[in-house]
Amino acid sequence: MSLSSTAILPASGEASAGNSLRWQTLARKGLGLVVPVILLILWESVVRLGWVSAHLLPPPSELMFTLADLGQSGAIFGHIGVSALRVVIGFSIGAGLALIVGAAVGLSRCVEALLDPTFQAIRAIPSLAWVPLLLLWLGIDESPKITLIAIGAFFPVYLNFVAGIQNVDRKLVEVGGIYGLTGAKLITRIFLPASLPNLFTGLRSGLSLAWMFLVAAELIAATKGLGYLLTDGRETGRADLVIVAIIVLALLGKLSDSLLCWLERRLLAWRDVFDSRPS
Amino acid sequence: MSKSLLELAVKAKDFQTHHVIDNVEFSIDQGQVVSLVGPSGCGKSTLLRIIAGLDADYQGEVRVKGEKPRLHSRDVGFIFQEPRLLPWLTVAENVGFDLGRAGGKHPRVHELLAEVGLADFANAYPKQLSGGMAQRAAIARGLFTQPALLLLDEPFSAVDAFTRMRLQDLLLSITSHHDTTLLMVTHDVNESAYLSDRVVVMASRPGRISGEIEVGLPRPRDRHNPQLTHRAADILNLLNGGQPESLVVSENPEQSVSSREPLFISRFNFAH
Repeated sequence: MSLSSTAILPASGEASAGNSLRWQTLARKGLGLVVPVILLILWESVVRLGWVSAHLLPPPSELMFTLADLGQSGAIFGHIGVSALRVVIGFSIGAGLALIVGAAVGLSRCVEALLDPTFQAIRAIPSLAWVPLLLLWLGIDESPKITLIAIGAFFPVYLNFVAGIQNVDRKLVEVGGIYGLTGAKLITRIFLPASLPNLFTGLRSGLSLAWMFLVAAELIAATKGLGYLLTDGRETGRADLVIVAIIVLALLGKLSDSLLCWLERRLLAWRDVFDSRPS
Repeated sequence: MSKSLLELAVKAKDFQTHHVIDNVEFSIDQGQVVSLVGPSGCGKSTLLRIIAGLDADYQGEVRVKGEKPRLHSRDVGFIFQEPRLLPWLTVAENVGFDLGRAGGKHPRVHELLAEVGLADFANAYPKQLSGGMAQRAAIARGLFTQPALLLLDEPFSAVDAFTRMRLQDLLLSITSHHDTTLLMVTHDVNESAYLSDRVVVMASRPGRISGEIEVGLPRPRDRHNPQLTHRAADILNLLNGGQPESLVVSENPEQSVSSREPLFISRFNFAH
C-alpha cells in the first residue's frame, strides 16, 4: 500500500534499530525522573530528622494522606472541576476572540493600524491590576474570574497568530491566488494552515497564562476551586493543603499542555523541522 | 484558420517610474510550445503574471480564448519556478487543490500522479519529496484543471541538469497527450530550442521583443541534432543583440546552416 510505504520513508534508517531505540527513549524519559526522586527523598528525610518543622513543610508521606483525605470526601474533585471549567470557558473565550481579532489585524494593514497600538498598550497592564476593576464592574461571582482568564489567554494567542499570518510565505499566498481563492476561503485554505505552527505556540502559552490568571482570580474572591484551597490552607495554617493545591495545579497545567502538544504533533506532522526526533 | 489561443499586445507596463515593458506583441495558436527568452529584468515573468491575471495594471490588450485574463480561469494553468506545494497537504491533495478539501480523492489526481511517476507518493507530504519529485507534483497540479494554456515560469531552473532533461521530456509527452499549449519563460537557450516550436527573444530596459526564432523541427527531437544547436546559436545571437543567422526555416540542413562553427552552449547565465 502506498500509505504504509510512505509512512516508513522518514524513519527508514531507524526501523532496523527499533528495539534498542525504544530502550533509549525509555532511558531518556527515565532520566527526567532522577532529580525529582532525589528531591523527594531529601525532603522526606530532612523533615523526619527534625531539621525542618513538619508544620511548615509537611513531608511527602503526609501530603499523600492529605490528598487521600480530600479524595475520599470528594472535595478535591469539586475544586478541580470548578477550576478546570473556569479555565476551559475563559480560555475558549479569550483564544476565540484572539483568533478573530488576530485574523483581522494580520490580514488588513488598515485594521492593524487601527487596533494594534491599543492592544499593545492594554497588554502592558499587569494582570493583577485588572482584579479590583473587574470586581467593581462584575461583582464577585463567575464573570470577573472568567473575564480575567480570557484576558490572560487573549494576548499570547493574538500576538502569535498575527505574527504567524504576517509571516506566511507570499509565494504560497500567490498559489491560492492562482486558484482564485479570496476572502474566507483564502484564510481557511492558506493563511490558517500556514500560520498553524505559530498559532499553537500562542495557544500553549495562552493556556499556561489562563491557569496563572485562574489562581489570581480565585485567590481573591472564591468559595470553590484550587485557588480557594490555597487561601483556605493559608487561613487555617495548613501548609499541606497549600502544597497539595500547588501540586494539583502543576499536574493540571502539565496535563492540559500535553493535550495541546499532542494535538500540535498530530496537526503539524507535515512540518519539515529540525526537532522530529521520535518521542 | 482557427483563432489564436492567446493574443497579447501589451503597450506599456510600469512599476512606479520604471518602464518595464514596451510594446510587446505576439500570439500563440492552440497546441504550440512557445518560449520567452531574455535577460533578467526584461519583463518575461511580468508578462506571464499578466496572462495569468495576477497583474491587471498594464496598458494594452490581452486575450485568452478571446477573453480578458482573470484569476482562476479554467483556461490557464501556472507552474512556478519552485514547486510551491502547500506543505500541510499531501501530494494528492496538492494536485487536486483546485477542488477543495476532498480534491485529493478525485480519480484524475491519481491518473496524473501515475503519469509523472509519483503514484506511490500520493499520501506523502511534500517534505518527503526530492526537488525533482516536487516539481513533477507541481506539473501534475498545473495540469489538473486541464488548462488550454499552461504558463511556466522557469520551471526547471532549480533542478540538476539530469533531472531537468527528464522533466523536459516528461512535460512534452504529457502536454502533447493532453493537447496543452505551453508558454514558458526560461533562461536556458538550449532548453528553449529543444522544447519550443517558436522562441520569442526579448531585450531589457525597457522589455521589448528583439526577435523570434522558428525552431520548426519534428518531434521527438535529438538533443545532439546539429540543427538544434544552430537554432540555439541563433537565439543566443539575438540575445546578444546581433542579427539572427538563419531565420529561414528549412528541413534541409544545407539551407539553414550558416558557415559558422556550431556553438556549444551549456547553460547561458544572465545573472550579473
